[in-house]
Amino acid sequence: MCGIAGLIWKGGASSDIGTEMTQMLQALKHRGPDSTGFALYGKAEEGVQVLRFKVAEQEEMSTGFDIHKQVVERRAAVDTRLKELGAEVTAEEQATEYAFRYHFKFSGDLKRLIDFLEDIDGVEILSVGKALELIKDMGDATVVSEQYGIKGFVGTHAIGHTRMATESDVDIRSAHPYWAYPFNDVSVVHNGQLTNYWTMRRDLERRGHRFVSNCDSELIAVYIADAIDQGEELEGAMRRSINVIDGVFTYLVATSDQLGMAKDVMSAKPMVLYESDEFVGLASEEVAIRSIFPREIDTWDPYQGEVKVWAA
Amino acid sequence: MGSVTTSHDMGLHEEQLAGRTQQMFFSASEEENFTYPWAYEVDTDKSAEFDAADMEITDINLKIRELMKSGHGTITVNNPRAKHSLGVGILNRVNLNFNGSLGYFGCGLADGANIRISGRVGWSCAENMMAGTVVIEKNAGSLFGAAIRGGDLVCKGQAGARVGIDQKGGTIIVGGSVGAFTGFMMQRGRMIILGDAGDNLGDSMYDGTIYVAGKIASLGVDCVETELTDLDKRYLKGKLDLYGMAAPNGIDNIIKLTSGKQLWNYDNLEATEKKLVL
Repeated sequence: MCGIAGLIWKGGASSDIGTEMTQMLQALKHRGPDSTGFALYGKAEEGVQVLRFKVAEQEEMSTGFDIHKQVVERRAAVDTRLKELGAEVTAEEQATEYAFRYHFKFSGDLKRLIDFLEDIDGVEILSVGKALELIKDMGDATVVSEQYGIKGFVGTHAIGHTRMATESDVDIRSAHPYWAYPFNDVSVVHNGQLTNYWTMRRDLERRGHRFVSNCDSELIAVYIADAIDQGEELEGAMRRSINVIDGVFTYLVATSDQLGMAKDVMSAKPMVLYESDEFVGLASEEVAIRSIFPREIDTWDPYQGEVKVWAA
Repeated sequence: MGSVTTSHDMGLHEEQLAGRTQQMFFSASEEENFTYPWAYEVDTDKSAEFDAADMEITDINLKIRELMKSGHGTITVNNPRAKHSLGVGILNRVNLNFNGSLGYFGCGLADGANIRISGRVGWSCAENMMAGTVVIEKNAGSLFGAAIRGGDLVCKGQAGARVGIDQKGGTIIVGGSVGAFTGFMMQRGRMIILGDAGDNLGDSMYDGTIYVAGKIASLGVDCVETELTDLDKRYLKGKLDLYGMAAPNGIDNIIKLTSGKQLWNYDNLEATEKKLVL
């Protein structure tokens, strides 16, 4: 079932999107309590990138053999490899026992750096971006938000997801949003099921794309990454996806300055849209939008096969 | 409480069943007016209103029932804030007003209530309505009026996909456009769309009538255009006037669609009488 939500403040305006997205996703908890994920877009700092990564799954922390020692070792390995490729870490933060947030300066080949880091056993890069911060973990929106201190995050736009696992395991690896590796600042959330997942996955893998999970939603992120790789515009790629990807889906994509939505031709999955002069809010159910706008607002359902993109 | 009525009084043991159907018209006299044995005696002049902003869904629905029980015939619910499943299963004559928007499954399974919603409704509004009216001032989500069997369901804005899927009676009126698969597997009743219709309109419809005033993206399997008669025009004018609505290009330019009946491959047809009242 899953619940997805997105918001964007137009004209470069910024707001406490951390709190807003937490409220929206909490209102959608009944659509999926397994895990919650946030992709928040803040103000970019000149020349500095944000790296979000985890070195273990949440479940492993209580069951894994010698896991606490391994976590320390894995993090040390990340530090060593960052240094080895010439990345300069300017700030370090430990979000949870197993998830970290680094600020770093790097001018080399980003894909090579990420591949090198993920080569370490148990390490997964959640996101890299100048503006993007991707946070996902087990639990509902309030739990994850408090654990990672999301409230008070100021930015221009965000997407989020509450997951009811249908196609793959309940773990952080299979939780949304997905980052469109290895491209800066691109993230995807999806509600639905994709039926030509394996055909498309094999095709994309042959072209050198990475898949970290068996979750069908990851395909959309990889598909968008592939389109960007080939120099395609976001909106064009999304329009093409309506006919290329088979199944029932509504998905949201965010880049450093854009928010897009796409709905399949059957219009099988819900999406409610609210648009005013300064704000656009999207969610699987209107209650989510109402959680940040308690007053009466005009909303509507986008139609089948519709693609819309807004700029921050 | 109303007087106790047995199933024999309700005519459930006779071949000719009593009740409200689309084809049979009854006088509004008391003895022929079908009400449920447990229906509350309400007075429409006695009104009440309450604020639902901080209430849970079940509490709001219970509150509506309590007010009907105490004889209130006009009930206003303020600030429903798009909560799901509000006003569900009301089997009573009552004027119910929602000042605001409803979420999914709003006013489902209604029988006999006159409901007004000043905002928007989410998916599956008035699902399986038996009788009465539901009027929505703004937009509606997908599955609007799924499987309704009677009554008038009116949306003055636009509606989502699959409007009137499996419709088995009654009338659905949409002031704006509708999405794909509208009227899918429709079996009876009428649908009036004053805006444009999405792909596969009336796909696999068994019976019933769809009127469209705007453009049609594409027709579904076995949905065919047919002649708009004077009777249709009189009917459309009457219905639309009733809700203060009008066809944008005039009633004469409305397209009428019915089933081509090319998919009818039954061994034996279900008895019409039973199908009507079920």
